Amino acid sequence: MRYAVEAEGLVKRFGSTKALDGVDLAVAEGSVLGVLGPNGAGKTTAVRILATLLTPDAGSARVLGHDVLKDGVKVRRQIGLTGQYASVDEDLTGTENLVLIGRLLDLPRRDARSRAKELLASFDLTEAADRPAKNYSGGMRRRLDLAASLVGRPAVMYLDEPTTGLDPSKREDMWKLVRGLVADGTTVLLTTQYLDEADALADEIAVIDHGKVIASGTPAELKHIVGGQTIQVRPLDPEDLPAVAGILNTISTGRAESPARGVLSVPVAGDEALADVAIRLAAEGIAVAEFSLRLPSLDEVFFSLTGRHETPPDDPESSDITREDAA
Amino acid sequence: MSTLTAPDTAPSTSAIPAAPMGSQYGGRDGLRASTQHVLTLAGRTITKIRRTPEQLVDATLQPILFVILFVYLFGAAVAGSRHDYTEFVIPSIMAQTLLFASMTIGVNLNTDIKKGVFDRFRSLPISRSAPLIGAVLGELVRFVIGACFVIGFGYVIGFRVHTNAFEAIAGVLLVLLFAISVCWVSVFIGMLVREPGAVQGFGFLLMFPLTFGSTTFVKAATLPGWLQAWVHVNPVTHLVEAVRGLMLGGPVAWPVAQSLLWSFGIAAVFMPLAIRAYRRKV
Repeated sequence: MRYAVEAEGLVKRFGSTKALDGVDLAVAEGSVLGVLGPNGAGKTTAVRILATLLTPDAGSARVLGHDVLKDGVKVRRQIGLTGQYASVDEDLTGTENLVLIGRLLDLPRRDARSRAKELLASFDLTEAADRPAKNYSGGMRRRLDLAASLVGRPAVMYLDEPTTGLDPSKREDMWKLVRGLVADGTTVLLTTQYLDEADALADEIAVIDHGKVIASGTPAELKHIVGGQTIQVRPLDPEDLPAVAGILNTISTGRAESPARGVLSVPVAGDEALADVAIRLAAEGIAVAEFSLRLPSLDEVFFSLTGRHETPPDDPESSDITREDAA
Repeated sequence: MSTLTAPDTAPSTSAIPAAPMGSQYGGRDGLRASTQHVLTLAGRTITKIRRTPEQLVDATLQPILFVILFVYLFGAAVAGSRHDYTEFVIPSIMAQTLLFASMTIGVNLNTDIKKGVFDRFRSLPISRSAPLIGAVLGELVRFVIGACFVIGFGYVIGFRVHTNAFEAIAGVLLVLLFAISVCWVSVFIGMLVREPGAVQGFGFLLMFPLTFGSTTFVKAATLPGWLQAWVHVNPVTHLVEAVRGLMLGGPVAWPVAQSLLWSFGIAAVFMPLAIRAYRRKV
């Protein structure tokens, strides 16, 4: 497997805080790595080092074979970066923002203009093209920011919490855009606080906490370690509840519980259980109002990986149960 | 684990054939590309000024208020004749205006960095200092507009150049050069201080003693000894004397030389300091 991004032993201190404490990451060419962690885990610091915006105190990293420390300009020619806070120039219009980036990437004026036009069209911003970005909505700003990072057709994209603060429908749009990038062959490193986002987009997930990778693997592997997935069923007719409980109890090692009136939930080991339950419900002719597989929240992931609940970043380093056995 | 070494094998992110990603850096091409980046970034400042002309108020309306205030309120009392004072004060208010205007860039850059625009620039394959140099260069437009406003308004109320157009323009250029150098002080402050508002505060704190504690509004001979001592070492005094000489006649060689030395000196010290602080900050 060829790696587009490789990092070994990254360490970064800010004063007395160790933001990164020996992080290894590898992103296979053309794949998506999801870096999952709470606020202050070191996700942004890692991305900024890989984008040559920060210098690590120790460790090394390469992007498409170029060393981030020695070959900064070559690295920057291959990457695109979209941060948590849209870094567009609010006083400039959408077109002006993109043309500016194009010109700084040494595109001739005409090419910069046509590239801007094409990107604005594909990000559904044509109508807003000549309005200053300060009048854009949050979602439009994010899209413009993403477009700005794509002007140079980067081979590697860093998306630092691309959906934090977006409402659910805009989140889906952003996911679609990311999938589009991947379909075009772009390698993506994505940071997120949401397991469902990493699950939806990533080929591999690295869970990061207190500047360390505490687990990594495919989403399936990770979910297997973490557990905590539950199936929830709400039959249309409450009369069917005992029958539903019967079905759920046979597919799970746990017992069906009722988290809310008229709803039954049961822990399951994997996604396959969902199909099993669906088939049996259909076989017994039970109509359902609600039927879902719930993924564990970040907090639950952390609890099962570290034995403690997600804590503020300034807490003392806890090194008790760190697991690296996923991959 | 194999490592990719040929970036051109990297997949294109679009069906459209990849556009040329620019010249190889180094040598003359590198210099040409860097110059192009700086000019592009200066253009960004100019676009912003064009879009929100109200941000020029410090370089346009404010100096006019100063001229009116000083000429009509104090003019007759300070110089005996309003007309004499107009001649005396227009060249120096132009200098003062541009020096105050040079503090704006620190505020703007501080804001830019806070908003993350500079992260975008820094993730591009351009020289790290290009965004700063471009921003400083873009300020020239603000300065030229400010100078035109002061001199233009001066002409309306009776100011006349006594030398010739060539010397008068040389005077304006001298002030532009000085103000551009002082921009680097402002950039430096902008990198050190956390809030844009605080940058403005520090800028004023610096500019008040420099512009008022000089011969901008009064002749040195009228001042108490300790203040005269400060006025004589203040670089703004040399600048003001040089512009006055170039526009109204009188000795210019020494004050012009002093002003040039100060301009280069300030830039030589504060440009590296500002760039270093910028690299640390972002």
